[in-house]
Amino acid sequence: MTDMLLEIVDLHVKYGNIEVLHGINLKVTEGEIVTILGANGAGKYTTLLTISGLVRAARGAIYFDKTPLHKLPAHKVVKEGIAQVPEGRRVFGTLTVQENLNLGAFVSRDSARVKRTREWIHHLFPILGERRHQLAGTLSGGEQQMLAIGRALMSEPRILLLDEPSLGLAPLLVKTIFQTLREINQTGVTVLLVEQNARAALKFANRGYVMELGKIVLDDEAQALISNPEVQQAYLGGAA
Amino acid sequence: MEQFLQQLTNGLAVGSIYALIALGYTMVYGVLKLINFAHSELVTLGAYLGLTLLTSLALADRLGPLLGVLLLAVMVMGLIAVVGAMLDRVAYRPLRQSPRLSAVVSALGASIFLQNTIMLIYGARYLNYPHDILPKMTIHMVGIDVPLVRILILCVSILMMGGLFFFIQKTKVGTAIRAAAIDQGAAKLVGIDVNLVVLLVFLVGPALGGAAGLMLGLYYGQINFAMGWSYGLKAFTAAILGGIGNIPGAMLGGLLLGVVEAMGATYISFAWKDAIAFLVLILILIVRPTGLLGERVAEKV
Repeated sequence: MTDMLLEIVDLHVKYGNIEVLHGINLKVTEGEIVTILGANGAGKYTTLLTISGLVRAARGAIYFDKTPLHKLPAHKVVKEGIAQVPEGRRVFGTLTVQENLNLGAFVSRDSARVKRTREWIHHLFPILGERRHQLAGTLSGGEQQMLAIGRALMSEPRILLLDEPSLGLAPLLVKTIFQTLREINQTGVTVLLVEQNARAALKFANRGYVMELGKIVLDDEAQALISNPEVQQAYLGGAA
Repeated sequence: MEQFLQQLTNGLAVGSIYALIALGYTMVYGVLKLINFAHSELVTLGAYLGLTLLTSLALADRLGPLLGVLLLAVMVMGLIAVVGAMLDRVAYRPLRQSPRLSAVVSALGASIFLQNTIMLIYGARYLNYPHDILPKMTIHMVGIDVPLVRILILCVSILMMGGLFFFIQKTKVGTAIRAAAIDQGAAKLVGIDVNLVVLLVFLVGPALGGAAGLMLGLYYGQINFAMGWSYGLKAFTAAILGGIGNIPGAMLGGLLLGVVEAMGATYISFAWKDAIAFLVLILILIVRPTGLLGERVAEKV
């Protein structure tokens, strides 16, 4: 493979004395959509937190375009071009929609670019433009998810990490969000998606990893994973 | 009527001092969910450093009363800001990952340490501010004669609070402080250096507290190493009254408490002044535990 963007090598993570990731290896190429599947507690969430620097690696390394990320504090990871849409959206509820978006661009200094990016996000999610002066906490769940994605995009990331963007949303809304994510991907933003909704994730992604109990047990093209009997059994609810 | 207006202006002046102190409590609480019990000692230290600088540099004689006191205030604020940042570095930052109770105990320890240090350096007696720094004139307005010092305190406090409000609400860094207060993890994910936010809060809060200490010295003329305790408690009450963690709330709570206290002291009984202030606190905790301006938006989950 040519343009390796994100590479995780033998990553071990501990919470206290308990090791929760036992040597993860994962690669994402520029422009790809990659998904990580797995049950609750498999370590998907921890993997994303470690990439973003909110959790420290006990052993192993994470490289982003050759830069070692595992040595950087969280706020510097964003500057490298990595943005995360956290699970549960975590928008700043008592700030306005506009303030939330502007904070997404906290690390950028070029106000003309920030304005352009904001206009692009208003184009992707028109509702965020209409409700710019409303407090983020008063938005519906779906709108908050859009805001969380928009906020992450404001830093003009090269890779977007998404944690359960479909959680708690109506099926129609999930479809819209995935469509928009594809549109975002087509502008050149690489996507790494953690999902419990395996069917939607595999339809959307190019490649997938399956995690179980802190290890990667399977990785393949998304199409191959959909037709893999074990994956069907465990994550797609029997025969597809 | 005249007595009412006198007490109203007096209450507003004292209340604006409470508000300045309350801001220090509320900002630290907002970001760290920690009550900085040593904040009241920073107020005391502000009053003492103000006295020392006033007498040793004779600024009022050289620059005239207004400019002299203004420069003095800037110096005191700068010094107390540095002490505040050091306090965080020594007493709170090593405990950032520890259970919250550890930091609370450390705050109490820091408070006792600072209070005793001030006593060892300056002695336990009351010290007097020179009474001729600001001219003893009064200004005739709304039908009463208001002392100049009262008007100055009110104006300067309101200017500082306005400046802080603008900084917090309108600037990029101010918005980052509010974001870090809401969700530190999410703030880090958008690239905010939360450690820097904490440092900033421990510079601004103590600076305002230091200014408040200087004002107390100028207004009442007498300072004591233990004075921080009662003003700190009042300001803490004001912060809760407005809704702890809420910056406009601390300003409103301070002014309101000052006026209620002044009115209660005049029309009910002076001896009941403190009791009235704390009765307000108890009532607020029963009727509206989030404070007057706290939690305006219910978070959807």
